[in-house]
Amino acid sequence: MSGMPEISYNFAYLDEQTKRMIRRAILKAIAIPGYQVPFAAREMPMPYGWGTGGVQVTAAVLGPDDVLKVIDQGADDTTNAVAIRGFFEKTAGVATTTATTQASIIQTRHRIPETALAENQILVYQVPIPEPLRFLEPRETETRQLHALAEYGLMHVKLYEDIARHGHIATTYAYPVEVAGRYVMDPSPIPKFDNPKMDDCPALQLFGAGREKRIYAIPPYTTVRSLDFEDHPFKVQRFAKPCALCAATGVYLDEVILDDKGGRMFVCSDTDHCNTRQAQGHRGEMAAPAGEAA
Amino acid sequence: MYVAAKGGEKAIRNAHKLLAKRRRGNKNLPSVTLEQIASQLSLAVDRVMAEGSLYDTHLAALAIKQARGDLIEAIFLIRAFRTTLPRFGASQPLDTGDMLVRRRVSATFKDLPGGQLLGPTFDYTHRLLDTSLATADQAGEVDDQANAAPALSDAADAASKMPRVTDLIGAEGLIEASPVDAGGEPFDITRAPVSFPVDRATRLQTLARGDEGYLLALGYSTQRGYARSHPFVGEIRFGDVEVILDVPELGFPVSIGEVQVTECQMVNQFKGSAAEPPQFTRGYGLVFGQCERKAMSMALVERALRWQELGEEPGAPAQDEEFVLSHCDNVQATGFVEHLKLPHYVDFQAELDLVRRMRAEASGKPAADEMKEAAE
Repeated sequence: MSGMPEISYNFAYLDEQTKRMIRRAILKAIAIPGYQVPFAAREMPMPYGWGTGGVQVTAAVLGPDDVLKVIDQGADDTTNAVAIRGFFEKTAGVATTTATTQASIIQTRHRIPETALAENQILVYQVPIPEPLRFLEPRETETRQLHALAEYGLMHVKLYEDIARHGHIATTYAYPVEVAGRYVMDPSPIPKFDNPKMDDCPALQLFGAGREKRIYAIPPYTTVRSLDFEDHPFKVQRFAKPCALCAATGVYLDEVILDDKGGRMFVCSDTDHCNTRQAQGHRGEMAAPAGEAA
Repeated sequence: MYVAAKGGEKAIRNAHKLLAKRRRGNKNLPSVTLEQIASQLSLAVDRVMAEGSLYDTHLAALAIKQARGDLIEAIFLIRAFRTTLPRFGASQPLDTGDMLVRRRVSATFKDLPGGQLLGPTFDYTHRLLDTSLATADQAGEVDDQANAAPALSDAADAASKMPRVTDLIGAEGLIEASPVDAGGEPFDITRAPVSFPVDRATRLQTLARGDEGYLLALGYSTQRGYARSHPFVGEIRFGDVEVILDVPELGFPVSIGEVQVTECQMVNQFKGSAAEPPQFTRGYGLVFGQCERKAMSMALVERALRWQELGEEPGAPAQDEEFVLSHCDNVQATGFVEHLKLPHYVDFQAELDLVRRMRAEASGKPAADEMKEAAE
């Protein structure tokens, strides 16, 4: 039996040829905003569905001087965010941060940070199902044709049927958007609360779907419009109470169940935003008094 | 006062420590060696090599050990390693007619050149638990003579070569010809995104690394009326074949080693037309290592997927190319199914809010005001 081969990995895990292939796909995606570019996604050392697309995009754009932030559900300390951040610390040795303003690349699952992004930043989304029409038409051969013809009637009928049946558009996350007046795009499963942040955003937004082998992009300062109707304009969720820890309003909150008697509280889903505000002295109704915070 | 849960990092570290401990099991017992896994659990090793798409018994054994015997996890480990390897080129097509045959059976002919060779098979064993294997001593072990592979001198002897059944009936024109090698490198599903419809090479590659259980179920469905294709096992053969690579720098082909493969040639329903006399059709299966279940299932499914080319009626699940090929990879499937255990509370919060609001509206009471919608 042969001995064990010597195993060593390139900067940020992927070999340079693979990175070039991914960069070409990214450039094409930027040139055609919202269009899903097929790319030869590699098998990654984390499971499909756990961010392999985002990880490949990040690996392809990451340089030694970058500062990386990874969030999942808005939080830096959720297990999968910790695992992905650890992966790049190990394979690329780059600096990491939890501060949105300090990061040059932010990889995210399911949220856009509350702090507005800037021109020198790249937001990398992890995407499970890149095709906005997938649940209306399961066949890739069909959906590609629908995009080519800009035939989005199916989606409008779906939204209309929601209104007819429920009185509301019943899509609360992964809410479809139209990019630069042309392609309808899945924004990944972010709550629709975050949709407006994509519009005219100064940062470059890249979307990677590893299992489905697709990359798409929103270049900086691109018009992104959430689909709606004149008489049923697009609306986002608003929370009645501020964050229980930092008293922020106009942010997305997570519901935390406190006991089995219906007790619950609402706290910022964006942990960096919440911690920054608490450090600035903002106190919600359930926060520890200043100086005692854990 | 409330302090948000933290410590994902520490929790992960501890979980991994515990995993390593569980993997090791009882420390009073010796750790299982890779040689033991490779030689005594060789069919598990074969499956990991086949679905991991990497022929290396040592690494496959390591993956099985590291994965605590979870074969899909082991396949995943192999795939994640394989993807980092450079690609040197494509070999010449394997010549399975030139195989050093360890097992070969045909269900279509009682006897044929080369004969029927049972080889190491579970077929015809009585599935009775053999308690003599439960003890670690020498009981139940057979002498090495019976275990030995065919001597290499046999392989060198051209007379021992076994012509393929499909070549024998093909000589009479009774079965459709195998598609000729178009030359050039075949499409590589690990290096380029697949788009539908696919060509034959892409279809076969995808099935060859597809999940055994999935293909078994789909193949089974074709036998029960969902895309029936009247299959006969023309031949199953298992043995060693040389891998030959053209090296441009050398200017001549070189053998870079041997791999063990199982090949299944299924002979299916004939087809004819005014222009062409009737011929049997083929379904093809080829798998690393010894795995007849997979090779046969692959051949059934491969044949079912050819409905369009052969002018058959569509409609069965096994005939649906996008469906079959998009879902047969167990590493993709397990990742996406299991990602559901990742946190989804942001999205769930959005749904929770909508359902609460709609329930409140349905009951005519005003919505509880944790969350409401407002125009931008």
